[in-house]
Amino acid sequence: MKVLVPVKRVPDTAGEKKIDPNDNTVDRESVESVLCPVNEFAIEEAVRLKESHDAEVTVLLVGPESAQPIVRKALSYGLDAGLQVTDDAIAGSDALGTARVIAKALEEQEFDLVLFGNQSTDARTCLVPAAVAELLGLPSLTYARHLEIDGGSVTVHREHEEGWDVVTSQLPAVVSVVEAINEPRYPSFKGIMAAKSKPLDVRSLADLGVEPEQVGANGATATMYEFKDRPPKEAGTIVEDDGTGAAAAQLADWMTEKKFV
Amino acid sequence: MSELLVLIDHTDGEPRKISLQILTAAKQLAGAAGDTVAAVWLGEGGSDVAATLGNYGADKLYHWDSSDAQAYVTLPQVEALEAAFEASGADTLFFASSNHVKDVAARLAIRLDAGVITDATDVRAGEGGRLDVTKEVFGGDKITHSRVAEGRKQFVGIASNAFPAEDTGGGAPELVALDMSLSDAAMATTVDAVEKQGTADRPDIGEAAIVVAGGRGLGDQAGFEQMEQLADVLGAGVGASRAATDAGWYPHRFQIGQTGRTISPTLYLGSGISGAIQHRAGMQTSQHIVAINKDPEAPIFQIADFGIVGDLYQVVPKLIEELRARKG
Ligand SMILES: Cc1cc2nc3c(=O)[nH]c(=O)nc-3n(C[C@H](O)[C@H](O)[C@H](O)COP(=O)(O)OP(=O)(O)OC[C@H]3O[C@@H](n4cnc5c(N)ncnc54)[C@H](O)[C@@H]3O)c2cc1C
Ligand SMILES: Nc1ncnc2c1ncn2[C@@H]1O[C@H](COP(=O)(O)O)[C@@H](O)[C@H]1O
Repeated sequence: MKVLVPVKRVPDTAGEKKIDPNDNTVDRESVESVLCPVNEFAIEEAVRLKESHDAEVTVLLVGPESAQPIVRKALSYGLDAGLQVTDDAIAGSDALGTARVIAKALEEQEFDLVLFGNQSTDARTCLVPAAVAELLGLPSLTYARHLEIDGGSVTVHREHEEGWDVVTSQLPAVVSVVEAINEPRYPSFKGIMAAKSKPLDVRSLADLGVEPEQVGANGATATMYEFKDRPPKEAGTIVEDDGTGAAAAQLADWMTEKKFV
Repeated sequence: MSELLVLIDHTDGEPRKISLQILTAAKQLAGAAGDTVAAVWLGEGGSDVAATLGNYGADKLYHWDSSDAQAYVTLPQVEALEAAFEASGADTLFFASSNHVKDVAARLAIRLDAGVITDATDVRAGEGGRLDVTKEVFGGDKITHSRVAEGRKQFVGIASNAFPAEDTGGGAPELVALDMSLSDAAMATTVDAVEKQGTADRPDIGEAAIVVAGGRGLGDQAGFEQMEQLADVLGAGVGASRAATDAGWYPHRFQIGQTGRTISPTLYLGSGISGAIQHRAGMQTSQHIVAINKDPEAPIFQIADFGIVGDLYQVVPKLIEELRARKG
């Protein structure tokens, strides 16, 4: 089977993010970038499909040339090939614009399964997987905490607030995974070395036949036009317990005063 | 005059609290602009809850009384909403910004060429009929304003507890049954089973006014029994840090943080949680934050309104006792 894994470059959550006041986008150069951690779970699931179903796995990234190390990083987990869509016109795309580019890139590929992360750690919209599925006319089985391939069909345990739904559809299908699905392995030294020479195809919007005005800041369906820092929080009351738990009474007083009791 | 559509998220035949909050907010926006609010109920039982929806602000209720809405994944809801848009001529859709509902919004947005903004914490009337949508990004570090591009339908996903739910006694809405026949594609992905993992009578952490959360400091799975006892005194939901869900002490769907749920209760009470940035990303917009941690340097104290430096195994049992005494 053939599997596509779309991955995103995101700013490291632990680093301070600066927003560029000129165009209200994240100033990517100001903070260390990483492979979106949620995508590691999709990659691990793809590696397992290599082991169990002899899957051939291609990783797909939409983003600037400087994001290429992220594609190599994804390959270092043992994936087979990389595909990057790079174009100046993509900058400033919203989730639906990104989805259009991903969908166009996927149209050129043969695949049985697309494995997304359920969300990206920076945008956190969760919109991209379902939007891509819609553009391709495919089923979307999202928030998978368990995945099984059986011949031509896929079954997923789709997590929700109260548990999960067991859902099934025919392949090809779009799946997004949550981190409960597996425990990602680290790339091996061999994997890291091999990643350097794995095939990596780079495509432009023109190559894919995407009109530049459909994507980027101009094609965005929604725009952020103002941003500010969250006002700093006033220092709270911190009490030290004497080792007997007696401080709980003060907390209970405070909670009563605030009408939580 | 136009209709603002509100997609009602529901479980076990009851609207979720967030949907009542959205109705309340939509009613206010509509009132100011001379518009009306139309709720959309997909699945069985819409007419049974019509009066409730009316009381929270629905002037009209589009309903599709069919078990098919839940028998297949996402697409039935997309197609039914398409029908609702057609019947209503609406330009605006509000939806609960929770996971499965976002899928419906994403697919419908592609079909109707709409713009989508998720996780709104405030919505106001803006220039040129475009809604001014407030949203917190980077785990609540930045507060932003967004709007949907001109000429597109506006889909806005609302975060839990962004608005109060107010019963204003509006009475029964006008009922409009949606006439639907599903496409084959909509029936291609089947729901074969629904696993509900009993959480007793505890509220969902996304909706709960109070959330009690436990972390690695609990030491073991049994520590969560104590969290549940505390929660039940307060009528709270129980959440966990990733260290606790990773250890298997509590299920992943209760994880709070960057890769778990984002919550904004009126009170968050964390025990044995250090307050790593990825955890804060899911809870720092809570109105009040309480932390119990034995390490005075734990970062959670930087954002706590009330903190106790102490051993949770001493403090929490006393707290349960004190709260029970106060409740009488
Ligand atoms: C990509 C990524 C995504 C992540 N996503 C999330 C997420 O969604 N949610 C999340 O929570 N984390 C997430 N994390 C993990 C996060 O970085 C922290 O590791 C995690 O939040 C720590 O959990 P904790 O606070 O329970 O444990 P610790 O950081 O180990 O803290 C335990 C605390 O308990 C205190 N303690 C110990 N014993 C006692 C006692 N007897 N009484 C009182 N206090 C005690 C200690 O002083 C300590 O502060 C993510 C990490 C990464 C890299
Ligand atoms: N620029 C991108 N390139 C490739 N995949 C992406 C990109 N942006 C988002 N994705 C995928 O979409 C998922 C959901 O992201 P989001 O909708 O932004 O929360 C991510 O986990 C990725 O798998």
